[in-house]
Amino acid sequence: MFAGFMLNAWAIATVVAVVGGVVGFFVVLRGAAFAAHAIPKGAFAGAAGANLLGVNTLLGLAVFSLLAALGIGSLGRRGRHDVVTALALVMMLALGALFLSRSTEYEPEIFSLLFGEVLGVSVTEILPVAALGLACLAGVAFLYRPLVYSSVVPEVAEARGVRRQRVEIAFLLVIALATAMTVPVVGALLIFSLMIGPPAAARSFTDRPPVAIALSVVLALVTVWAAIASSYLTNWPVGFFVGSFSACCYGAGRAWASWRRRAVGDADRRLLAA
Amino acid sequence: MHFVFQVGFFASEPVRLALEVGALIAAVSALVGIFTVMRGQSFGGHALTDVSTAGGSGALLIGMIPLFGFVAGGVLGAGVMEAIGVRRARGRDLATGIVLGAATGFAALFLYLDTTTGATTGASQQILFGSIFVLQASATPFVLLFGGVALGLIACCYRPLLLTSVSDEIARARGVPVRVVGVLYMVALAISVGLSSLVVGTILSTALLVGPPAVALRLTKQVRWAMVLAVLIGVGATWLGILLAYDSYYWGSARNGWPVSFFIVAIVFVSYLASGLPRALSGARRRSAVAGLANAAGGGPLDD
Repeated sequence: MFAGFMLNAWAIATVVAVVGGVVGFFVVLRGAAFAAHAIPKGAFAGAAGANLLGVNTLLGLAVFSLLAALGIGSLGRRGRHDVVTALALVMMLALGALFLSRSTEYEPEIFSLLFGEVLGVSVTEILPVAALGLACLAGVAFLYRPLVYSSVVPEVAEARGVRRQRVEIAFLLVIALATAMTVPVVGALLIFSLMIGPPAAARSFTDRPPVAIALSVVLALVTVWAAIASSYLTNWPVGFFVGSFSACCYGAGRAWASWRRRAVGDADRRLLAA
Repeated sequence: MHFVFQVGFFASEPVRLALEVGALIAAVSALVGIFTVMRGQSFGGHALTDVSTAGGSGALLIGMIPLFGFVAGGVLGAGVMEAIGVRRARGRDLATGIVLGAATGFAALFLYLDTTTGATTGASQQILFGSIFVLQASATPFVLLFGGVALGLIACCYRPLLLTSVSDEIARARGVPVRVVGVLYMVALAISVGLSSLVVGTILSTALLVGPPAVALRLTKQVRWAMVLAVLIGVGATWLGILLAYDSYYWGSARNGWPVSFFIVAIVFVSYLASGLPRALSGARRRSAVAGLANAAGGGPLDD
């Protein structure tokens, strides 16, 4: 499992998990789950289009995730957020279907763009992915205060001069960047699970952002590593394990939260009875 | 010379079927979608397309008719979402996302097992994008059946559903069983989405579920009129899209038509943008008027 080519998979997966865990914390905090799903999906359409034009897939990926982020951000100002996200998403997918119809796209390519091919990753891909990952983390660090403020106490943030619209777009762009770097590796549909399950679980365990972010990263790492190991052993797609293990993380978090609530409730009752 | 209706448009059997079935799906989606948009559950409606797809892939694997897999998958997924869902919108979104992620994982697994065990090529493409032109005549009765069930459920709890969609608290105060209504609605949504995902593909399923109702609700506040309008827009967009797709076959010399889904989605998307124009324009006019007043009065703390 730790043979030469597998090391690449472990390395890339680690980078993806770190970025997913960090960005995911804010996705969960801001309730941006739909956007976190829509942007990678839109990016997938871009990758298909790039293939048609003979352009670098990554470029198509990046351009479309950018368009998706900006589209959702700007349209979301006037319309209902969820409606806008849905329509932007289907528009991009429809464009993808259009591009695909123009080319003789090979089916396995689509499968890997959607579901990822972690185990088939090559050494040359590690550096660019790691670099983009660093850029992502730098973006989050730069936006940290305004992001936390506008997510938790929007009115206070506005009063302090944090423009909600700007933060919104900036954050969507961060998601777009995270998308562009991870989709070629873990596929369009799976980075999403990493950005939801582990962070949601982390938030169930702790309220303080720095601790929650750290915990989110740890859980994401555990999820991805377990997924790779399981995929290697069973030959089943990594995506299946990522989706399932993320759900387990979430479940564990919910179970803990409800246990805590009951425990606190019991303690309160005992106090009152005494 | 280019005619509006290309030669053979109405004579073509696949086209007639597409117009028929497409209109049915558009109508059902629009009616169900009105409530989806009002309840802010577009993510759920979209997530169910992927969940249904997982069900469909699973059905393919065990040799069951995909339709049942799609609908069953959708209902199961909706059930899980409801079960783990929380009242707060954010919690609900998370639950939706988790179910979506897990279902997608299962879809990946089924598709993988399918391609390694069976000889079904093109399964991924077919399931993910669907094609309205590859319908078989035998689909129509099923569409009528399942569509009818979904609409029946909606009609059955119309008033409570409307009330809970507009205001949760008022409904609760009036003793409406909000949870039960919510579950019934989710089942109707799951059936409708499962059906449309298979018949017209996941892209169109969401587009027809969310788009026309969203446009209609922007144009009128009265739900009854919105429902009528949504159906008209949905069916109109579908028919126009089919027409254009048929025509596109004759564009250029490639003899390779553009996909129907692209046209229908583009029409829906443009309609949505257009429906936002009146508000945007009046908003701009209002802002410049206010700015004008402020300037005349010596400036004020207005930014933007």
